[in-house]
Amino acid sequence: MDFKLNVQSSPHVRDKISTSSIMLDVIIAMLPATIWGILRFGVYSALVVLVAIVSAVISETVFNLVIKKPNTVSDLSCVVTGLILGLNMPPEIPLFVPAVGSFFAIVIVKMLFGGLGQNFMNPALAGRCFCLISFAGYMNNFTSKMSVDVYSSATPLILLKNGHEVRLFDLLFGYIPGTIGEISAVCLLIGAAYLAVKKIIDLRIPLLYILSFVIFIMIFGQGKTTNVNYILGEVLGGGLIFGAFFMATDYATSPITPLGKILYGILLGVLTGIFRLFGKSGESVSYVILISNLLVPLIESFTIPTAFGREGK
Amino acid sequence: MHTFKHGVHPDEKKELAKDKPIKVVKAGKILVFPMQQHIGAKAKPCVKVGDNVLVGQIIGEADGPISANVLSSVSGKVTAIEDRLVVGGQKVESIIIENDEKYDAIKGFGVERDFNTLSNEEIIKIVKDAGIVGLGGASFPTHVKLTPKDPNKIEYVLVNGAECEPYLTSDYRLMIEETETLIKGLQCILKIFPRAKGVICVEDNKKDAFDKITKACSSIPNIETALMKTKYPQGGERQLIYAITGRKINVSILPADAGCVVDNVDTVVSIGNAVCKSTPLLRRIMTLSGDAYNETANLNVRFGISYKEVIEAVGGFKSNPEKMVSGGPMMGLPIFDLDMPVSRNSSALLAFTKDPLSNLKETNCINCGRCVSACPINLLPTRMYKAAKDGNFDEYIRLNGPECITCGSCSFVCPAKKPLTPYFSYMKFAVRGYLNSKKEAKK
Repeated sequence: MDFKLNVQSSPHVRDKISTSSIMLDVIIAMLPATIWGILRFGVYSALVVLVAIVSAVISETVFNLVIKKPNTVSDLSCVVTGLILGLNMPPEIPLFVPAVGSFFAIVIVKMLFGGLGQNFMNPALAGRCFCLISFAGYMNNFTSKMSVDVYSSATPLILLKNGHEVRLFDLLFGYIPGTIGEISAVCLLIGAAYLAVKKIIDLRIPLLYILSFVIFIMIFGQGKTTNVNYILGEVLGGGLIFGAFFMATDYATSPITPLGKILYGILLGVLTGIFRLFGKSGESVSYVILISNLLVPLIESFTIPTAFGREGK
Repeated sequence: MHTFKHGVHPDEKKELAKDKPIKVVKAGKILVFPMQQHIGAKAKPCVKVGDNVLVGQIIGEADGPISANVLSSVSGKVTAIEDRLVVGGQKVESIIIENDEKYDAIKGFGVERDFNTLSNEEIIKIVKDAGIVGLGGASFPTHVKLTPKDPNKIEYVLVNGAECEPYLTSDYRLMIEETETLIKGLQCILKIFPRAKGVICVEDNKKDAFDKITKACSSIPNIETALMKTKYPQGGERQLIYAITGRKINVSILPADAGCVVDNVDTVVSIGNAVCKSTPLLRRIMTLSGDAYNETANLNVRFGISYKEVIEAVGGFKSNPEKMVSGGPMMGLPIFDLDMPVSRNSSALLAFTKDPLSNLKETNCINCGRCVSACPINLLPTRMYKAAKDGNFDEYIRLNGPECITCGSCSFVCPAKKPLTPYFSYMKFAVRGYLNSKKEAKK
């Protein structure tokens, strides 16, 4: 034999999908919301998103250099983290905030725990909450000089909390104050549909999240059970859509077991309901997801699926 | 349509060899017969160096309750009994026969027989003497399958025509070309199991074979056909039984305990040949496919012919392959030497100019759960992988790891390109050792 053959264990063929192709799909899915956010809030908001992404990429590169590991930027997951964090910023935030937030997300939350897939909470969300606590003034300022047509500087959730009505059309198409990426439910849902069609996300978590949240506020919403404006406003008006489809579905920080996914979705919905109805702040999705992230190992440990043919034993 | 849960859809690639009728390969001068071509105990050589042997003569005798005879596929002289390399990389005691090219056969070879005149014991003996083992890949001795504790408890005889591995077309060709023998073979098995119903199970990517068989067996009351959705690993024993009967078996339940006997298409054809035509199992139907060949083919190859000769028979390589696989790409074994004999589990010989695995970039597991959705056994492959890597046997067992059928679906879908399946193949044996040593420690 005048040639050599490769020898590996089976299987000898693989699916085309790769980690970076998945991350690229997530980025594509967030483009509608990103573009719409930038169109609504102006060039400066593009800068905010860009700074978040660049800071994430640089943080990961430098970290890998320091610990002398091969650079992992090419898997694109740090771009996703940066993008999500950028989209979670108010449109006129000083640029150092997204930069610091991305650094925290990548270095502290992701890389120090072993990098991709090893983090116990969603890096972008942890980065956002870090900013919320550290730079509360900037992070909660949604008044915008540029978008004069925004009818009020109060976010829809605050309006709802104070018993006002909201204009659902504005919530669907993003004519509300809010973070850059969360404002248009329609854009977010287009992205979510893309991910679902490409089978990147499992719809069990987001759908159960939203469903259980709706049921919760219908039961405990004190007389607003049948108020469609209130319920749809709660669903569309905050970070719920963004959180449910793009952050609760984060692979590393959601359960891998089928039953675990169901429990996790319900847990998120109930906690969000509790926080929103009985908590002080209107917004709660970020904290709810982070808290639930911590419960994932526990959820997984008692939801190991029964093996085929072992039922009833 | 019949199917199972989970599983994967690799590119079928069956069009490469699907329409190539089975061609007989001429045997060369020297043939090699390993004594281990089946699951169970090695066969014992029953000829000596210098003996003359005939076509169909038993040269290795089954040694123990789970073992199988080895037969000579040519006539000639035994020139040596020595260890030879086989697929899988082991060296196995083998009988080397020099072909005299006369093809003198044993007495009664090729005589037509009516299976109705034979007793069940006679049929089982014929199957055993013919050296028939499961030809779907596992090579389990067929006569053992035909002798369950209580033949009256068998309700289904399932003929596995799923051929769910990509590239392979040998079972398809047999179903098209040997339809009559297939049905005859199934009738022989059904004679042993009077209360059973025979079901010939075919995936829907082989609809023409399904239609041909359905037509051919339409007048036989105890034989029917079943069309299954094309999905890997539909041909796995547990997936097949579940798809057709809805019954579930696991690692500690035999198909017979669920009232089923499962045999591959080629196994059943071989039973038909052995019982009705007095022709023991002397050949393998092989698919040669992949982009490295000058021509793809389905071949009828006598056991003992070397892979090299088989490749020459189809006109050699177009360009040198980088990867060769014996069997299908999902569960087959890699080949590193062509000087190995065709044996009972040589269902295919695939040759690729580019190894699809050579440029894989492994990343961290991202916990995407694709392996979980792909696993036909409902396991958590990524968690099992971690337990296996850590050598944490207790965790591996808690995760139901020993139920794994090493079908490769999890590795196939993994975007992080983790080598999941190899670890599980290893753990199959390692867990057994771990449990044994634990038992001994208790004593």
